[in-house]
Order: sequence, then structure tokens, then C-alpha cells
Amino acid sequence: MRKQVEGSAAVAEAVALARPEVICAYPISPQTHIVEGLGERVKSGSLTPCEFINVESEFAAMSVAIGSSAAGARTYTATASQGLLFMAEAVYNASGLGLPIVMTVANRAIGAPINIWNDHSDSMSQRDCGWLQLFAETNQEALDLHIQAFKIAEELSMPVMVCMDGFILTHAYEGVDMPTQAEVDAFLPPYEPRQVLDPAEPVSIGAMVGPEAFMEVRYLAHAKQTMALERIPQIAAEFKQRFGRDSGGLVRPYRTEDAETIVVALGSVLGTIQDAVDEMRAAGVKIGVLGIQSFRPFPLAAVRAALQGAKRVVVLEKSFSVGLGGVVSTDVRLALSGLQLHGYTVVAGLGGRAISKASLVRTFTEATSDSLQSLTFMDLDWRIVNRQLEREAATRRSGPIAENLLRDVGSIASKVT
Amino acid sequence: MTTPIKFYQTGTFTVGNRLLTPEQRSVQSSEERSNALNSGHRACQGCGEALGARYVVDAAMRATHNQLIAANATGCLEVFSTPYPETSWQLPWIHSLFGNAAAVGTGIAAALKVKAQKNGTANNVRVIAQGGDGGTTDIGFGCLSGMFERNDDVLYICYDNEAYMNTGVQRSSATPMGARTATTMAVGAHPGAPAGQGKNLPQIAMAHEIPYVATATVADLRDLEAKVEKAMSIRGARYLHVLVPCPLGWGSASHDTIKLARLARETGLFPVFEAEHGEVTAVTQLRHPVPVQEYLKLQKRFAHLFGPKGDAQMLARIQADADRNIRRFKLLEQEA
Ligand SMILES: Cc1ncc(C[n+]2csc(CCOP(=O)(O)OP(=O)(O)O)c2C)c(N)n1
Ligand code: SF4
Repeated sequence: MRKQVEGSAAVAEAVALARPEVICAYPISPQTHIVEGLGERVKSGSLTPCEFINVESEFAAMSVAIGSSAAGARTYTATASQGLLFMAEAVYNASGLGLPIVMTVANRAIGAPINIWNDHSDSMSQRDCGWLQLFAETNQEALDLHIQAFKIAEELSMPVMVCMDGFILTHAYEGVDMPTQAEVDAFLPPYEPRQVLDPAEPVSIGAMVGPEAFMEVRYLAHAKQTMALERIPQIAAEFKQRFGRDSGGLVRPYRTEDAETIVVALGSVLGTIQDAVDEMRAAGVKIGVLGIQSFRPFPLAAVRAALQGAKRVVVLEKSFSVGLGGVVSTDVRLALSGLQLHGYTVVAGLGGRAISKASLVRTFTEATSDSLQSLTFMDLDWRIVNRQLEREAATRRSGPIAENLLRDVGSIASKVT
Repeated sequence: MTTPIKFYQTGTFTVGNRLLTPEQRSVQSSEERSNALNSGHRACQGCGEALGARYVVDAAMRATHNQLIAANATGCLEVFSTPYPETSWQLPWIHSLFGNAAAVGTGIAAALKVKAQKNGTANNVRVIAQGGDGGTTDIGFGCLSGMFERNDDVLYICYDNEAYMNTGVQRSSATPMGARTATTMAVGAHPGAPAGQGKNLPQIAMAHEIPYVATATVADLRDLEAKVEKAMSIRGARYLHVLVPCPLGWGSASHDTIKLARLARETGLFPVFEAEHGEVTAVTQLRHPVPVQEYLKLQKRFAHLFGPKGDAQMLARIQADADRNIRRFKLLEQEA
């Protein structure tokens, strides 16, 4: 059934259709509407039997999720930004224990300076934690990915993060196709844990492991993600067969067949990039886009296959590794090892900075003539940056950077002297 | 699920049991007991924590007819009992992190509730969470307080050996004043842990007005069992704080573990009581309060308080603390 709803409401509905048994979360923008929607369903009795637990922190939220998943309940939580960092210790633990928890990350920047708007710094910070990370391009895909996520997680006994752009998706009203309960039930069987805390058959979970076996455990986590590389597209195909929609999978190529320049990106920005590509194609530029739906496991082979005929690749990133450059670029370049391609990293949209089609076209045009810097910060205001650098060179007592910048742009009053 | 046990419990404890009817006897004196934490683990000789945990978990097993799941914090108890691929635990047991045992317990309890609802069965499986004083009073404090505040159906047991033993005897917020640890060294003008610091978790638990809070020591093992049994007869958040001397960290003889636990109570330094919904309902009274020196002298961690260079001032403060406990909890037997 088609519904006009907020992205968060669509996700809450999708999660409810997956029949979670324990939901536990701690509020943080822009994730709040999702768990509020679920809390309301549990409290009103429309989602039952299900326990909704209000906890005192994200660390507790993930810890409760660990307990409930280990005891055999289908478990869901959601967070963003500082919340994801606050739970990080338990995030690693959940994957180490092989618990198929599903978590939405409503992507948001990480402070300081505190900033509630969208970029991908939060989930990228957990890149190596052993969770699968699926990125949604649209609200429809966010909805669909949550249903698939439970299936992937439970089949492989691994936790899955569904990443959706904060505000851009979570707070946007869009028409979405909502599956019925019967359809979801037919697709997603009840959770059958591999290893469960049960007095009838006691097991010890989370033993202390020494050097003689730890490497093997970590290797197996990797091997399982390699298996996920096969299962993710299969489950996406199964999903398509039942629900009639292309959602999820590993990568999504758009106009890449004969493209000389291919832009790689994740999440909701793909739509804007496609528009920019269409405009450039109309002007005769051979350019295409490769969307990455599955960031972990990283589909090295699929990325290589999609990019190998191109002359250059531009990775558009909404996060970056301070002191190095692109996060996704590093992975993409690994996929391209041995191929002779020009590679560009474009960092854009940090902390919610708008990514306009005009800026994209300008940047991609520079790339097509190979006049782009290999690491470019799109729409960076160099006047502000340089003023601050000069100030810092002049005095060591220049004050907090963000405050200085805001004063420069006139957002806050200068100190009265 | 209970495997046949080696019946190695002999001595006065079982002899004493002979005077009791079978149902009144210690859980440990029964060949039917679950042996939940079995032998072969790596605890030090005379470890109060290993002893306390065995009594607590077996008593909880009996009280729940073996329908029990345990969550464990990182610490000695976890490390000495589960060196992979071995485990000492004969019940479903999970260790996640140092600071989250209470929250993991909450999650297990929630899952059990839903599963019982789904299966249309009674929710008979119960949950305990356990940790050392570090995992309880310090890093796990937030999760524990959250579990109390929501009144989750979990019994949390703190095995208090008064420091971080697993990482080499560093101070915790349950370390007593004057005690030497690796981070409160016996040097300077005021050697050992500073006075006026510390966290009284039983009282903080009481302030949450949860259904049941109790303290116990490994010197009174029948009392410990009885408290576990009582705790398991109650639903909601419960807290049990057990004093478990640690020969390694306290610098005491392995054979003095029980003696030290008894002296801690008899000096008044460790008041043994029960509280329901925030009010003290029972205390274990003292016949003759023992001077704190008798307790402190048996432990190398207090050695710097004695001798010619000793710290009479600190000794007086520790005695004053014990006296205050005796007054506050009315520990002295009332003359008839
Ligand atoms: C987040 C985190 N910080 C520190 C540690 C290291 N650590 C493990 S056990 C422990 C101390 C345990 O002390 P306590 O809880 O009192 O238990 P005990 O070993 O004394 O029984 C510490 C500091 C850890 N595992 N995790
Ligand atoms: S260090 Fe202390 S608590 Fe740890 S095993 Fe040894 S005696 Fe027990």
C-alpha cells in the first residue's frame, strides 16, 4: 500500500512489520522519531509481544540488546552520532559475540563542534567493528533494507547497521510502498538463534580467549562478511521477487556502461549526483555513478567490475579520515589496484552543508579535465579557513576554532573589549 | 542438566548441617546441588570471590529449580572461570563487558518475558547479573542504577573485594580508607587510600527503593544462601553486596579468608543487613564489637598503619567509621 509518510515513520513501520521482540534505545536527533514510533506501538499494544526498554544511555541500549539477542529475542535499536560513539565498546562486542541485532544509524556529524546535521562520520567511525553496514538511498530503500537486514543478520548471525541520512531521509515526507504483515512474514521467518542462553542447554558465551584462538575468531568474522557478499544480493533478489522492488544489494550502477568518469558515493546524495550526471550526459560528457549499498562487507569485486572500463573515478564522501583524506576512497582504490585510473576524493556536505547540483557539476567538470585536486573539500570557504590559520600563526592564544569562525562570519557577536 | 558432583564438602559446616532437617541444610551440603561454578577454575587459593559466587549461584539455582541465566562483568570471576575453551559454569552464562552486566541482565529478562508470552508459558526463567566492586560501583554504575530505576527483574550481585583485583589491585570506589593498592600507594604523608572517599553502594541501592537490598559475607554462608533464596522469591530489581576477601589483593593468608570476612562484620566495618523498599528490615547484630586493629593487622594492605612509623590518626578514623556503622545500623545486641 502506498503511503505518504516521514522517513522515520516508514522505518518504524518496517521494523514493526519485522516483529521485533525487544526494542531498546536512547534518544538522539535525528533518530528519535523512529524509536518514538515504535514505543507508541508497543505501549498501545499494536506491536505485541514486544518489550520496549527506556535506558539511561546508548551504552546501556546496546548492552540490553546484547542480552536480549543472546537470550533469543529479535532485537532492534537505533542511534546516531555521539550516541553511536558512546555505545562503541558494546557495538564491537555485539559483533564479536555474533548477535544478529539490527540497528538504524540516522547518520549525523560528530562533534566538537556539536552539530546535529547529516554526514557519515558516525557510522564510518565504526567501519571496522564487524557489523554489516548497508546504506539507504531513499526512504523506500531504507524501509526495504530494514526488512532485509533482519534476514541477513539472522541467517549469518551477525549484526547489521542500516545507515540512512539524518534529516534528509529521516525527516522527509515521501510516498513509500508499505508491505503487508503477511508479505513480511512470508519473507522473514522467526528468529532462530545459533547459540542461545537457555537453561535446558547451558552454554557459556563470551569466554576469555587467548592468543591461541583469537586470530581465528577474527578471521571467521571476516569470512562471514565474505559470505554476506553472496547473501546480500541473493536476499535482495528474493526481496524483489516478492515485493517487486530493486532495493539493497551491493552496488547500484547508473549510466556507467560507457562512462569515462564514474562518481562513487553512498546514501541519499546519489539522487542529486544522478541529476548532475544526467545534465552532463545531455552535454555529451561520458559520466556515470556507482552507488554503494553495502559498505561492509565492501564489494571489492563488484566495484572493480563497475569501474575498470573508466578513465577516472571521483569518490564523493560525506566523512573523512583526518590526517589522510577519504574513508571510502581508500577502499575504492584497493578495489582498483593495478588499474590505471585517476582517482579523486571529494569531501562534501560535512555537518549538513548543502550539496548542490551546481557544485557537483562544477566539481565533476574539473575532474573530467583532470584539473581537480586529488583531495578536494567541495564548497569550502577558504576565506574563513585562511583567516583562522593566520590568526593561529600570529598568536597561540587564539581561542576555540569554531567560536572564532562564527565570529568571523558574524553569527556571534565579538567580545566587547 | 545438573551433572553428578564430586562431594568434597566435609568439615564442621556439613557436621553442623547434620543437626538440621534435610530441607534446612546448606545448598552446598546437598548432593543434588547444581555445582554451578565447578572446580578446576583458576582462582587463587583462598579466593573469597570464588567461594561467594559458588554459594550464591548454587543457592539461586536451587531457588529457581535450575531455571537461571547469569550475566557476568569483566573481572576476576569472569577471567578465572572461563579461559577458553574451558568454562566452569554449568548454567547459561554470558560475559559481555566490564561495565554492562546489569544492562545485559535487563536484556535477558526482557527476552525471557517476551518468549514466555509468545509460548503462552509462565515466565519461570530468572536472571542474575554479577560483577566485582569495580564493575559495580565504578564503570557499571550507570547501567546498574538504570536497572534499579526501571525495577527490572534481575538480581545483581556485587562481589566486593574492595579493589580492582583482575588488573593488579588498583583502587576502586569501594576501597576502604587507609588501604594500600597499586594506585593508592603506602607513601607520602597520608599513605594508602584517602579518607573521606568511597561509595556505599548498598545505601545507594536502597535510595532507589528497590524491593530488596542485602549485604552478606563469605563468613556467614548460610546467611548468604538464605538471602539469595529470599531475593529469588521476589520479582523486580534486587541487590546483594557480598564481602569477599582476596588473599592476593589484601595481602592476607589464604586460610584467613573466612576469618577476615567475619572480622569485617564483627568490627562493624561491614554492616550486614537487609532492606526492603529503601528501609532496613533486619541487621545481623554483634555480641562484642571487635577493635578494628584485629581485622586490619591480618592484612598487608594496612601494614603501614602499624609499627613505629604507623598512622594512629588513620587507625582512629577507621575505628570511628566502624563505631558509626554500629550506631547507624544498631548493630549492638540490645540488652534484654
Ligand atoms: C572499559 C574497560 N576498562 C578497563 C578494563 C580493564 N579491567 C578489566 S577487569 C578490571 C577490574 C575488575 O575489578 P572488579 O570489578 O573490582 O573485579 P575483581 O577483579 O576485583 O573481582 C579492569 C579495570 C576493561 N576490561 N574494560
Ligand atoms: S586476585 Fe583475589 S579475587 Fe582474584 S582470583 Fe585471586 S583471590 Fe580471587
